[in-house]
Order: sequence, then structure tokens, then C-alpha cells
Amino acid sequence: MKKIYTCIICPRSCELEADILPDGQVSVSGNGCPRGAEWIRNELSDPKRTIASSVLVEGGEKEIVSVRLSSPVPLRMIFPIMDEIRRVSAKAPVSIGDIIIRDVLSSGADVIATSSVLAKKE
Amino acid sequence: MENRGIVVIGAGPAGLAAAVKLRRLGAEDVLVIERENETGGILRQCIHDGFGLERFGKSISGPEYAALLKSEAEELGIECLTGTSVLEISKDRTITAASPSGVVEIHAEAIIAAAGCRERSRGSIMIPGERPAGVYTAGTAQAYMNLYNRMPGRNAVILGSGDIGLIMARRLTLEGAKVSAVFELQDHPNGLERNIVQCLDDYSIPLYLSHTVTEIHGKDRIEGVTVSAVDGNLRPIEGTEKYYSCDTLILSVGLIPDNTILEKAGVEIDPSTNGAVVDEHLMTSIPGIFSAGNMLHVHDLADFASAEAEAAAENAFLYASGKLDTGRNLSVVPGEGVSHTVPGRITGHGPFTASLRVRKKERGKTVEVRQGGKILGYRFFPLVIPSQMISVDAEAAAGCENVEVIVR
Ligand SMILES: Cc1cc2nc3c(=O)[nH]c(=O)nc-3n(C[C@H](O)[C@H](O)[C@H](O)COP(=O)(O)OP(=O)(O)OC[C@H]3O[C@@H](n4cnc5c(N)ncnc54)[C@H](O)[C@@H]3O)c2cc1C
Ligand code: SF4
Repeated sequence: MKKIYTCIICPRSCELEADILPDGQVSVSGNGCPRGAEWIRNELSDPKRTIASSVLVEGGEKEIVSVRLSSPVPLRMIFPIMDEIRRVSAKAPVSIGDIIIRDVLSSGADVIATSSVLAKKE
Repeated sequence: MENRGIVVIGAGPAGLAAAVKLRRLGAEDVLVIERENETGGILRQCIHDGFGLERFGKSISGPEYAALLKSEAEELGIECLTGTSVLEISKDRTITAASPSGVVEIHAEAIIAAAGCRERSRGSIMIPGERPAGVYTAGTAQAYMNLYNRMPGRNAVILGSGDIGLIMARRLTLEGAKVSAVFELQDHPNGLERNIVQCLDDYSIPLYLSHTVTEIHGKDRIEGVTVSAVDGNLRPIEGTEKYYSCDTLILSVGLIPDNTILEKAGVEIDPSTNGAVVDEHLMTSIPGIFSAGNMLHVHDLADFASAEAEAAAENAFLYASGKLDTGRNLSVVPGEGVSHTVPGRITGHGPFTASLRVRKKERGKTVEVRQGGKILGYRFFPLVIPSQMISVDAEAAAGCENVEVIVR
């Protein structure tokens, strides 16, 4: 069975043709680099994604700090992880790269700050 | 009036990269002027990742990309006037700007204009009906959520498949709002394919091509929209109307260079990009004024905006040292299948690279840069799509005939 996918690893957005053979093997063409072939094999078994959101900051110059996952997680874990992100808050000052939640839901990925927030001046 | 060396307008990924490049080339006096209180431009509100693969070799978020550029600029001791808005530039390169301490006048040896773009709004697409609250451009909705922690609404419809709209569809969904659908007037999506996959498909948000909003309902707050299919001439087809209830309508109908200050200065504007007409050195029709980034033409990636601005910086540096070849004579025009191409002028003295967008999605096409019967450069593409900017290298053009870029 042949199916067309768009590789989302990098913005070149190659159109990949995946041929799923009867024995379960997958042959891939159209990929501009090896990462595309690896991605499609994962995509067919257990797709992975990253997400970005924001977390409330206590005592900061700004209300929120932007966060993202440090590495992709299975798509099915995205909503449970969002629930965790909504539950926590960070204490100012927050620096870029700070870990807000370590190994969130044992996914292997951390929730990290992607900007800095200074403490509010008294 | 203050006399300065090279002045960069805008501290987004284009402006900051230009300033850093100028310092690394040895320019002693570099000044950046930025309207906002912080540097980083539009990157500050783009918290998703997918930036930096070209420039920093890793996929990071917008704020991280902005922070890396900022620390490069700080290490090089680059002076940045934030909270300062450029009001006017004159032909002799005098800049008038409003700063927190009043109006300042600065004369520059060369200027790099990198003030970014703006969003097309409801006015530019003309939807009839009421004008209730709850209608936002995608960038405004993004700023609300990502900078000010305000949710635009709980039940959204998105008009236009630009990248910002797609990214907002995912962001709203993740924050618990419902996104009923995305409607696109054209028969092809406007945003990058990867954003359609990971922002819509992943969350089962439908995308309807060749559809548009034909009416907005609600008095104080929007209550719903009427959507219709459109024909080949983009006209609504009678009988296809469908009602969607919503409390928010997000418009993601495109970005266009913000050329206000350049146009006022008398710089020639390219009607197909809405940015300045530049030569292969990225110099506008006014000698010593250069333009780059989204202010010149809308880029898909911050990395490309930064790279283009670095090229502008090299040329501005040469200009300020009196070493830039400024003879400009030939026009480069978009031909068959090409919606716009940059540069729109060339000196004809050296090779150049045409950056362009095609009109429609096609497979197995060659893009050619030609002058009369002579092919100056060509490149084969397995697939061309309007949402992806592409480039073709070309050799120097001779004679005085115009150069044309075409899809074959
Ligand atoms: C929602 C969204 C998603 C995107 N996603 C991606 C992605 O995943 N990956 C990627 O690589 N790229 C992405 N991009 C594209 C990228 O952000 C842009 O290409 C890039 O920011 C353009 O940089 P710029 O410096 O030209 O403009 P800007 O970032 O807009 O910077 C222009 C600066 O000029 C300042 N300015 C304007 N007028 C004046 C004035 N009169 N005086 C002084 N200063 C002024 C502004 O305040 C601003 O700081 C995305 C863009 C958007 C909007
Ligand atoms: S196959 Fe390689 S080059 Fe093509 S989009 Fe995927 S990662 Fe990028």
C-alpha cells in the first residue's frame, strides 16, 4: 500500500512516498535526507510531536513565561502533558533554559522555559 | 542633528543579524533603532519551535532565537535605541525618530531598513455584515495569548490558511478552546505543509479550500459566521451557504511588507511584493538605503530573513566605504507562473540570485532566469508551491534587455 506524507522535520517539507509492504517493512522515497525516512517509520508506528505553551509566573515582571518540550513526545501524550503544564507555576526570576517540569509524565522530555522573566521590583 | 555610521531600522531577526554582521566586518559605528521596548521583533510572540535550523543548527522557539541574536549583539557592544520609532527618512539619509526623550534626528552614511511586515486585516478583505467584537488578526490573537496571557475566545473559526492562523489553531486547541474549521479562499493552502500536518491534521481540525466567510453575525460580540464555497473566479456560489456558530473569528489572510517609511522617503515600491524595488545588492532606488527581511518581501523562515539581512549588511558596509558598484540599469520582472521576484533590478555587472514565489502548485517544473533568448540560470524543482519561497542562481546579464523569471 502506497501513501503520500509531508515530512515535518524541517521546513523543506519533502513529499515522501511510503510503500508499506505486506511483511510490514516500509520503503520510502522522495526524502531529501535520511531523517525523512526515519521520521516516516516512526510516524507510521507512533507519531511524535513537540508543543509550546506558557506557564504562570509568581512575582515576575510578566504574568507568564513561554515554555516548550525539550524533545518530541508521542502525540497521544500531548493533552495529558498540557494538563500538567496548566497545573504548575514558576517563581521569578526565570531564565531561558530553566527546567519547569523535569521528565514530564515520564515521557523523557522536560518542559523548559524559552524566555526569561525578571523578578518584580519591590 | 547627530552624524552616525550605518543605522539599522528594526531589531527583529533581520535587523539584529545585519547589525552583528556589520560589526564582524569591522564597521565601527553601528546603531539599531527599535520601536518596541525589547529587541526580537515578531519572534517574541512565536513560542512554537521550528526556528534556527539554518543559523544555529537546531530547532528552537522564536524567543530563544531572539535571545541568541541579542546576546551576539551585546557581546559585540552594539548600541540599540529601543522604544524609538522611526517616523521619516529623507533622500539624504536623515532619520527622524520619536524616542522616549523626544524627537531625534540622525544622519546616516548608510541605512538598512528591516522593519518587518504587517498583517492584512478585515478591511483589506471586505466581509460584509456587522462589526462585532471577537474578530482578530492571527498575530493579534497570538500576542494576546503568548505575551499577555489573554484567551481570545473559546469557540473559534479561522479564515485563511496562513502559518500564523494554523499555529493559532493548535495553540487554541491545546489551551482547551474549540476550533471548528479553517477556511481558505484559494484552492491551495497558504501556510507551510508541515504546519497543516502538525497543527490541523493532528487535532482533526478540518481545512476547507475554496471557501470563504461571506457574513459575520452578532451585535456586540460575534455569534457566528456564514461560510460559502467559491468558484474558479473566487466568487461565492449561491446555495452553498453554511452557518457556523463561534465567539471568535481569526483572520490569517496574509502578511505584507510595511513599506510606509520607505514609500514616504520616495523609494520605488514593487507592487507585486509591496516592498522596495532593490538591486542584487539589496539597495533601494535611493543610494545608500538598503532593505531586507520581511520589509522587503515576506519570508517563510526567520533564518532566511537573517541571511538576507547579512547580505544587505555586506553591501551597506561596502557602500559606506565607497566601494559598492552602484550602476543599476536592468529590470528583472516576474513572467509566466511567477508571482514576484527579488531583486527587481540588477546592475548587470555580476551574478545574482533571484528569490521568488510561484503562482500555483505544480510538479516537475524548471524555473528559468532569461534575457531574450539567453538562459542566465535555471533550476529544476520536483514540486513548486506558492507557500514556499525558492531561489535560482543566475549569471551576469549583458546588454540592456529586461530579464524575466518564468516557470516552465
Ligand atoms: C506566527 C508566525 C510563525 C512563524 N513561524 C516560523 C517558524 O516556525 N520558523 C521560522 O524560521 N520562521 C517563522 N516565521 C517567520 C519569521 O518570524 C519572520 O520571517 C521573521 O520574524 C522576519 O524578521 P524581520 O526581522 O524581517 O521582521 P520582524 O521580526 O517583524 O522585525 C521587525 C522589527 O522592526 C520594528 N519596527 C517596525 N517599524 C519600525 C519603525 N518605524 N521604527 C523602528 N522599529 C520599527 C518592529 O518593532 C520589529 O521589532 C513565523 C512568523 C510568524 C508571524
Ligand atoms: S526528508 Fe530531510 S530534507 Fe526533507 S523535509 Fe524531511 S528532514 Fe527536511
